[in-house]
Order: sequence, then C-alpha cells, then structure tokens
Amino acid sequence: MTLEEKQQEIVEEFAVFDDWMDKYEYIIELGKDLPLISDDKKTDDRLIEGCQSRVWLETDVVDGKMQFTADSDAIITKGIIGLLIQVMNNEDPKTIATADLHFIREIGLQEHLSPTRANGLLSMVQKMKLSALKAAAV
Amino acid sequence: MAEEKTIAFDVESIREQFPTLSQQVYGKDLVYLDNGATSQKPKVVIDAIGHYYTLENSNIHRGVHFLSQQATEHYEHARKVIQQYINAPLEEEVLFTSGTTAGINLVAFSYGELLSEGDEIIISAMEHHSNIVPWQILCERKGCILKVIPMNEHGELMMDAYSNLLSHRTKLVAVTHISNTLGTINPVKEITRMAHEQGAVVLIDGAQSIQHMTVDVQELDCDFYAFSGHKVFGPTGVGILYGKKAILDKMPPYQGGGDMIEKVTFEKTTYNGLPHKFEAGTPNISGGIGLGVAFEFLSGLDMDEVEHYEKELATYAEKELLKLDGMRLIGTAKEKTSVVSFIVEGLHPFDIGTLLDKQGIAVRTGHHCTQPVMDFFKIPGTVRASFAFYNTMAEVDILVKGVERSINMLR
Repeated sequence: MTLEEKQQEIVEEFAVFDDWMDKYEYIIELGKDLPLISDDKKTDDRLIEGCQSRVWLETDVVDGKMQFTADSDAIITKGIIGLLIQVMNNEDPKTIATADLHFIREIGLQEHLSPTRANGLLSMVQKMKLSALKAAAV
Repeated sequence: MAEEKTIAFDVESIREQFPTLSQQVYGKDLVYLDNGATSQKPKVVIDAIGHYYTLENSNIHRGVHFLSQQATEHYEHARKVIQQYINAPLEEEVLFTSGTTAGINLVAFSYGELLSEGDEIIISAMEHHSNIVPWQILCERKGCILKVIPMNEHGELMMDAYSNLLSHRTKLVAVTHISNTLGTINPVKEITRMAHEQGAVVLIDGAQSIQHMTVDVQELDCDFYAFSGHKVFGPTGVGILYGKKAILDKMPPYQGGGDMIEKVTFEKTTYNGLPHKFEAGTPNISGGIGLGVAFEFLSGLDMDEVEHYEKELATYAEKELLKLDGMRLIGTAKEKTSVVSFIVEGLHPFDIGTLLDKQGIAVRTGHHCTQPVMDFFKIPGTVRASFAFYNTMAEVDILVKGVERSINMLR
C-alpha cells in the first residue's frame, strides 16, 4: 500500500463518524493500542517538549525503510501519533520527506498540528521528516 | 440539582448582554469557563468600540479639531471612570498600558532604575510568569536578589516565611492578588503593610482579582496595582497601572516618544507630567474608551453580590467534581475565588480538555503560565474551569457531566 493509499484508508475509516465524541473514542482506542516506548528509552534526546503534552520519538532505518516508534503522556496525542506512524512506517525516506499529510486535515484533526496547540505533534512530524531527509542523503 | 440553587441575581438578563455566550460550538451550546484567560464582552463595550471607529476615530491629546477633542474627552473620561472605580486619589495615578504584563514591566524597568546591587525583591511561589520574569531580568540588569514567599499544599502563602524574608534590604514586593492557577486570594493588604514597615514598595498583580471583587487601592495602600482590560470585560490590548503619584514622580520614563515630552531639543528633552510621562506614543484609544465602558457596566452591578454568586458557582462545582473517581483539586485555600483547577488520577489534563472542548465546554489546560506551581505540586498541568458572573449552575452541571464522560472514555 502506498503512503497515499494509507492516507485514503484512514479518511474512509473516519468517514463513518458523524459525532466528534465517537471520533475521539476511536482515537483514544488507537492511543491505548500504540506500543509504548520503554521508560529507559524516554531520554531527553528522544523527547519533544510541547506546551501541553510531551512526545518521545525513536527513529530507525531498516532495509532502507523508515521505522518510527513514539509515545506520549497524553492518550489523544498518542492516538494521533498512531495514525501518523501507520501512514509513515515502512516508507522510503524520500517519500516521507516530501509527503503531504493531508489526511489529518481531512479527518478534522488539523488543530492538533497547529503551532498554537503546542502538543509536540507538529515538532514530531518535522522531526520525522528531518530524519527521513537525513536517511535519504546517506 | 441546579434548580434548587438560589440565584443571587438575574443571570439570564446578564447573559443576554454578552452576545458571545449564546452560540453553539460543535453543535452544542457553548459553555464558556475560561474566564481566567479572558472574559467575554458585554454589548455596550462592543458597541462603544464600533461607534468609535465608525464616527469618532481621531488621534488624541494634540488635535485642535472637533473629532480629536471629542476622542480625547472620551478617552480621558475612561480614565476618570477607572480612577473612581478603584478609588485612586488622583486621575494622573491611573496609567493606560497594554495590559498587566506591560504594567509590571514598566515598574520593573523604571522603578528598577532606582534600585542597586544587593537590593532584594520579593515575589511569591504562585506568581504568573509575567510577575516572575520581569523581576529576573531586573535582577540580572542591576544585581538585585530575588526571594520567593513559599506556599503550603493548599496553595496558601506562608506568612511567617514572608515575615522572615523581609528586611531593610527589601526594596520591592510584587505579589498576585489572586492566583490564576489556584484561585487563592492572597492577604495583599497585610502583605503591603508588612512591606511598608521595611520601607519597601508593593506591586499587586490584579489581573485575576478586579473582575471578581471590589478593589480599593487606598484601602490596600499598595504602591502599584496592575490589571488587564480584557479579563475585566473590556477589550484586549489595554490595561491599567495604578501608581502612587509621589513614587511615579520619582521614576524615570519607561519609553520615549510622542505625548510623553514637554519640550524636545537635540541638546535636552524635558518630560511631560503624569500620566503622560509613562504613555509614549498614540495609545490604544478605542481600547481605553471600551475599557471605560466596561467599568461603567461593572459599576451597575453589586460586586459583593457578584463575588457571592461566583463563589457559589465554584463551591458547587468543587462539590460535584469531587464525587468523581480519582478527582483531585489543585488549590484548596480557605480564601478562594471562582477558579477550579483539577487533575484526575492517571489521566492527562490535555486529554480531558480536548474532550470537554468537543462537548462545547471551554476550559484551559496546561501549566497556566505558572510552571513553578506545577513543579510544586509535581503535576504536568491542570484542567482549569474559571467562572464569571454570567455562568450558571446549569453550566456547572454540564461541566461535571462532561468531565465524567471524558473520564469514562479515557480509562
């Protein structure tokens, strides 16, 4: 599945919700399911400090594909991280570096990626792309 | 139940005067409980601003023409209204600023010029960042020493410790009247009296108090009192710094520019008298006029009744919230205003705030610009519901149900 197809799949999944609370119920479940980063790996170099919630991101390149693991102290933030990872994992560094993550806007969660929300998600996406750029340059 | 509560005054007729309140967000009736961040505006204030730009717009203090004279008159009228409201002895003791932050910075910079190395400044453990950082900058600039009055686990200042911090080296005490995070009402009159005994001047951060209670600067006897317009039902970008004339006269100007001068030559400039010495440049004219109207609106209310009603709202909210599993109130001072800060065991404030938002309930989450308070309680942040007199008991019920639903979803 291409990155674009994965985005489309999520947009379709979210189309069934006509109530905001149902949508968030689903995001919270995603957040609960997201594999945790073990506490010993929650180090400062992996930390992205937001004004509201904190995010830890670990990046790896396996067989030329990007691998991300992330965690947050807030469940909703984790749920959205889950969606981002679903879309970006196992992709070529180049694809990630240039990806337009329009699905976030289409499912109505763009407020979480606005600079004002300061939950660390915007910085996380930037870091993901930056690490992909670095991997692509190698 | 909400119906059983006695309503101290006619909330519905007050609500009608605040257009923002009667709207829906996400298809739900808006429940606005973020008054600590900013208050909504009554129609009279909105209309006054519209009227100013529609018919009166003109620069003040200098023009010889009709519009300028009229705008000057309305702007200066606002100053008089506010002077009377806070019972300042003199009109020129009421300085227009852009807000509380600007007022505190003015004092830190200008009064700070009169301080020297080794002088001590006392603040408290529950200050907003804007009543911490300007003093830290001053300390760096002048070599002054910053001391902090500690608080107890209820969020009350420890007055014995304060007494011990005071000495002849204390030159300035800057304390918040009401904590924006904890709701604690500090004994600022007593704090002022004790500081004066040591010859120190006192600045009170009134950003969270003037909208909730009667403030009489002469009774408090504080030397400075700063507040923001937008938290007291007025416009954003305007605020007031009250200062005693004898002290303001001694202080050097803060910013140079138009309006603050008497005579300018390239060799030497002499400064205008108060209040203009501290009001360089064209001010926020519509904001000042709007703020005057906000205080006229407030003058029409019985502030004791307001205080009582708001207290009733907060007490009811606290009582109902505490019935929820894992609920912990942050800020349980004996003397408290209508701020209810809480966390729920195992849950992040951001998650609760986000889910409340989607239910149409506006609260604030996070550290509320008081990171040292969060460090003290060892928490990442709180959810804060802050009430104004236009809030209702029914809205408290919606809040509590909303929090309960959020908890059930998150657990």
